[in-house]
This record gives sequence, structure tokens and C-alpha cells, in this order.
Amino acid sequence: MRNLTSRRWALACAAPLLFAALPALASGVVAAKYELMTWAVFAAVILITVYITYVAAKRIRSASDFYTAGGGISGFQNGWAIAGDYLSAASFLGIAGLISLYGYDGFMFSVGWLVAYITVLLLIAEPCRNIGKYTLSDILAYRNDPKWTRVVGALSVITVSTFYLTAQMVGGGVLIKTLIGIDYEWSVLGVGVLMLSYVLFGGMVATTWVQIVKAVLLVTASVIIVMLVWTPYGFSLPGFLADVVGDPKVQARVAVLLGDPSKTMSAAELGQRFLEPGLLYKVPIDQISLGMALVFGTAGLPHILMRFFTVPTAVQARRSVVWAMVIIGGFYVLTLFLGFGAAKNVGPATIAAVDAGGNLAGPLLAQYIGGGPDSVMGNFMLAFVSAVAFATIVAVVAGLVLAAASAMAHDLYVGVYHGGETVPAKQQVTAARIATVLVGAIAITIGIAAKGQNVAVLVALAFAVAASANFPCVLLTLYWKRCNTTGVVAGMIVGTVAAVGLTLVSPNLTYPKAVRAASTKVLEAEAGKRVAIMAALQSGDAKQIADATKTAAALDKAVAKAKADMAKVEGQETSFIGLEKPLFELRNPGLYSIPLGFLAVLLGSLLGRDRRSEEMWDEVYARQNTGLLVSKSQAH
Amino acid sequence: MASSGSIDWAKVIADPRFQTLHRRKTRFLWGLMAFSVVYYFMLPMGAAYFQDLFKVKVWGVINVGLLFALSEFAVAWGIAVYYSHVANRDFDRMAKEIAADFHMQVGA
Repeated sequence: MRNLTSRRWALACAAPLLFAALPALASGVVAAKYELMTWAVFAAVILITVYITYVAAKRIRSASDFYTAGGGISGFQNGWAIAGDYLSAASFLGIAGLISLYGYDGFMFSVGWLVAYITVLLLIAEPCRNIGKYTLSDILAYRNDPKWTRVVGALSVITVSTFYLTAQMVGGGVLIKTLIGIDYEWSVLGVGVLMLSYVLFGGMVATTWVQIVKAVLLVTASVIIVMLVWTPYGFSLPGFLADVVGDPKVQARVAVLLGDPSKTMSAAELGQRFLEPGLLYKVPIDQISLGMALVFGTAGLPHILMRFFTVPTAVQARRSVVWAMVIIGGFYVLTLFLGFGAAKNVGPATIAAVDAGGNLAGPLLAQYIGGGPDSVMGNFMLAFVSAVAFATIVAVVAGLVLAAASAMAHDLYVGVYHGGETVPAKQQVTAARIATVLVGAIAITIGIAAKGQNVAVLVALAFAVAASANFPCVLLTLYWKRCNTTGVVAGMIVGTVAAVGLTLVSPNLTYPKAVRAASTKVLEAEAGKRVAIMAALQSGDAKQIADATKTAAALDKAVAKAKADMAKVEGQETSFIGLEKPLFELRNPGLYSIPLGFLAVLLGSLLGRDRRSEEMWDEVYARQNTGLLVSKSQAH
Repeated sequence: MASSGSIDWAKVIADPRFQTLHRRKTRFLWGLMAFSVVYYFMLPMGAAYFQDLFKVKVWGVINVGLLFALSEFAVAWGIAVYYSHVANRDFDRMAKEIAADFHMQVGA
């Protein structure tokens, strides 16, 4: 057993070395074969993961192997796997992108993603390990009525996972299309099929190792790029940042973001403004609401909670969170350099032109650092980072599918349908595999159907439901003596309904009237601007002409976008659910929905009575604190 | 779940060592949790309401806001290490003593 684990660990460690050795080979490739090279890098990453799955598949015999790798993962390994599970394309590419486009605010955004793990470490990880078995509902059902809590728990888990899953599928499809030009539908299908093969054959064992390999690749790629970006400054932070704020591309970006007020500012002031707050977040309360959803929602994400059942003891669960925090936090510190480095070297305007959300800042920086778009190294670096992005999406999606499938098979089929009676091991694994295929097929279908949808709203929803429904129910079941079935059922329902309901009436959705008004404003202003541009072009002054040419290009783009937006909302008057304007002003509902979720558990528990919840309290509380009997339940 | 009936859980809870563990853990965990939440929310609050302070340059172009954001990382890691240290040193030992006693009683 130990031998197998260490061999696989060696494999995970060897992966980045393999890539480090590749540039030497790649430099022999001629210019016209960049595409082939890209495919070779992708194939290498896919082959590694498929091999892992092949080895892992032989070890899947019981439901425990399938859901939790038999509890045989070490804390250090699990730390890497959590990082692999958590650093989705959104945080890997998205945060670097936000920093490259908005400077300070982008970096500030990354902090909440790390702080979230303090909640997990202090309140959730160890008690969950001591009480639970495979799923979030196991914790709730241990104390409360098993049928009721499994039903509401499983529904909430499936809801959260589906929102997150769809966001990943849509985001991934767009990303792969932009990076390597595969059609959106094929990208989604490719991600889906590959992910299904890991989970279906290799269960949690394969998923864990795919996540570990992906995290190692991601960190390696980032460290290499940051080293290359930072070396010229002798690893001086002020030196590097001084160069960033002194760059005309960055100063021009700040001028665009600030609009008219920027006219009285000097170039140096504009550059410095990039390191100051307020370029992205204008509504402070929005920021705080989002922060709450992150800090409390992460502790309610089913695919993250599930990771704590893969380690044998509470001590290992604690160790895994600490390692995860080191890796995740270290990665976000690296994104500071990735983001600012991309702004300085590639330029915010170029980054935004390729992808409006800035998602390609990291890959474009890699290409620049390697020698630019016409160099072999540059394209190899681009291919490598793209392959890592691909692996990222697949690994995160695999974790999510496993969480949703376990809720279906373990909670609904075995727990509710069979009433928790002993179902033979083989049948449990079969049920888990059928649920996996089902969830995978749903994910692919929704992913393709949701083409072009706004995925930010889905991520906001996933975190909001996790923070407002799952988190209060798990926390109070573990720590509050009076908590009972009525409270948990009420909390799950109220938390989910509040989070989803408030998001549906929030500014996240598209409101045709507002879109039309904004587009009309752009189109009406066009004529006046054209006159000014013409005047400048005829002025004969070289600088004025250059500026006017740039303004004209920007205007063309803005007009094209306004026309496209108009066409998109053609004939529509209201948002998806029939509103003309948002009823609720916050982009993230956490500020209201989290307290509502807690309130529902409190009131439900005080109003309802449940003997089982009361009788089990002593056992739950003693066990979550001492880990009594955990070693015994692990034995079989 | 019936298998755990062999331990008298009320007795575990009533055990003075459990009471001590429970008291120390509760105070420590929730104290640390409250501190980390307050420290975290100082960042978006500061960015929104104390922009003049955040803009003060302290180290070349690096300003208070940037240093404060970086300090969030240091504080998060500090809390993780500090908690692990205390848990590894005290809580685990106390929990193990209690667990060993009660396992012995049921002959596990």
C-alpha cells in the first residue's frame, strides 16, 4: 500500500520535471508547427492523467474506495488535492486577469479566497472528519432524522454542485476555444468525457491524484513565469512595481477607467492610481457581501468538505488545511506578479481585447516571457499554460461531479431509498457509477445549452447557497445543543430559496432596457465624437493625429459592441424572470441570505422537537471533540 | 450507528477532562475566528472608507493598502500555524487521553 502510494507520488513529482525537460526538445520545432506542439503538450498532460486513472481503477472495490479513496490519503497529499480542487480556472486565470486590468482591486479580491480556509480549519474540517463518512449529509443525518436531512442535504449539494459545474463548463469551453481554437461544443464535450473517465473508472483515488498533479503543474508554471518576470528587477518588489506604474500602457488604462477626472492627473499619478483601491469596486457593501459569501461559503462547498473524508484522522484533516492554505495563499501571492507583470509587459488594452474579463492575462504573459507570439519558446509557454488551464478545469469538474454523484447514490439511493440498510459493496459502487454518468451527462448538456451565458452569476449562486444553507446547518448541527431536524430542514430550504431568489432579482442578470439605454447613449454620442476625431486628424499635429487614430479605433469597437448588445436583447423587455430592473441592488446576496439561513435553523430548532437530535447530542459533541471511535469505524 | 451505543456518551461529556478540553477549545477557536473575520473585513472597509490612508506611500511606490493586503496573507498563515501548534500540543493530547480511557472501558 505504502509502496503504491509512494510510487504514485513519485509520478506526480516527475510530471513537472518532464515538462521542464521539454523546452530543449521543443526548440528544435520549426515555426509552422506551433499547433502540433500545442497538441503534443496537451497530449502529455492528458496521458499522465489517464495513466493515473488506469492505476487507480484497480484499487476501487468498495463505496469507501470510490467516494473517499478508502480514507488513505495523507494530510500533505490532501493539501495539494484541496488546492487542485479549489484553484479553478476562475481563480487561476480570473484573478490574474482582474489584477492586470484593475490593479489593486483585483489583488484585494484574491484575499477572501484564502481567508475562507480559516473558517474551514477552525470550525469545520476536524469535526467533519470525526463525524462524517462520505458526504455532507452524513454529518447532518448522524444527529437528525436521516431521511429528511438526507433529502434536503442532497438537494442542496446537487444544487450547489450544478451551479458551480455549469460555470466551470461554460468558462472552460470559452477558454479552450480562445486559447486553441477548438469549437465551444467540442471543448465542453472533451472536458466532460475526460472528467467522466477519471471519476467513473478511478473514483476518488484518480480524482485526488489528478488534482494533485494539476496543482503541482499550476504552481510550477506560475513559479517559472514569476521568476522570469521578476529576475530583471533583482527580486525587488518596489523596483518591479515602480516599473509597472511607470509604464505608459498601465497609465493609459487608468485614464480610460477614470474617464474625465483623469485629465488633470500627471502620468505618474495615473500610474500610482493602479496600486490604489477603487478602480473596480465602486459599491463597498457589494464587496462585503461577496466577502461573506466567500468566507462562509467555502466551508459549505460539498466538494471541499468531501476532501476531508479522504484522510484517516482529524489530525491529518488539520494538516491538509494548513498545507492547502500554504499552497493556495502562495499561489495568490504569485498572481500579484502574474497580474501586474501582464499589465506591464502585455498591456491591459491588449489583454482586454482578447478577452474582456482579462482571463487570458496569464497565458499571454507566458507567451511574452517566452519570447513573444513569433517565437518557439513563447508558443511553447503558451501551450503549457493552456494545457494547465485545461487540466485545471477537468480536475475541478471531476471533484464536483463526484460530490453530486455521492449525494445521489449514497444519500438518496442508499440512504433514503434503501433506508440506510446495508446495501452490498458492489451494488453501492455500481450506484455511484450510474450517478456519475448521470451527473456527467447533465453537466455536458447544460454546459452546451448555456453557451454564451453569464457565468459570474452561477459562481455567485454556488457560494451564496453554500454559505446560506449548507454552512449554517453543518455548523449548528456540530456546535449547538438545541439544533434539530426541523431546524436543518428549515435552514436548507430558507437558505437556498433566499440565495437563489435574491440573485435572480439582482443586477447580475441581463436587463434589456438598461442594455438598450446604455447602447443608445454610445450610438448617440458617436456622431459628435467623429467630428472631433476628424478635426484632430486634419490638425496636422503628429501627436494629435496619433491620439485621434487611437480614439477612432476605440470608438469603432465601442459602437460595434453597442450594436451587438442591442441585437442580443432585440425584442426583449424584461430579464429572464420578467423584471425590467433589479429589485435588489447587491450582486451577491450573502449579506442578507446568510443571516436568513442561520435564523431559519434557529427558529426551526426552537419551534420543532426531535428526540433523536437531543439524544444524539452527547455523542456528536463528544465524538467531534475527541475523535472517539473514528479509528474503529475506519477499520471496516 | 448502533455500534457506538457501547460508550456512555453522557459520561464522556461529564468527564472533567472533557469539560476542560471543551472550555479551552471553545474559547480559543471562537476567539481566533472572530479575530480573523474582523481582520479580513478591515480590508474591504479600509479600501472603501479610508482610501486616503491606503494611498500613503511607504516603500517606494508601495502604499499602505498594498502592504495591508499582503499582511492579510501573513495573518492567515500565522493563524493556521498558531492554531496547529496549540492543537498539536494541547488539544490532541487531551482528546487522546479521554479517548484511550473510554476505548478501554468498552474493550475496544
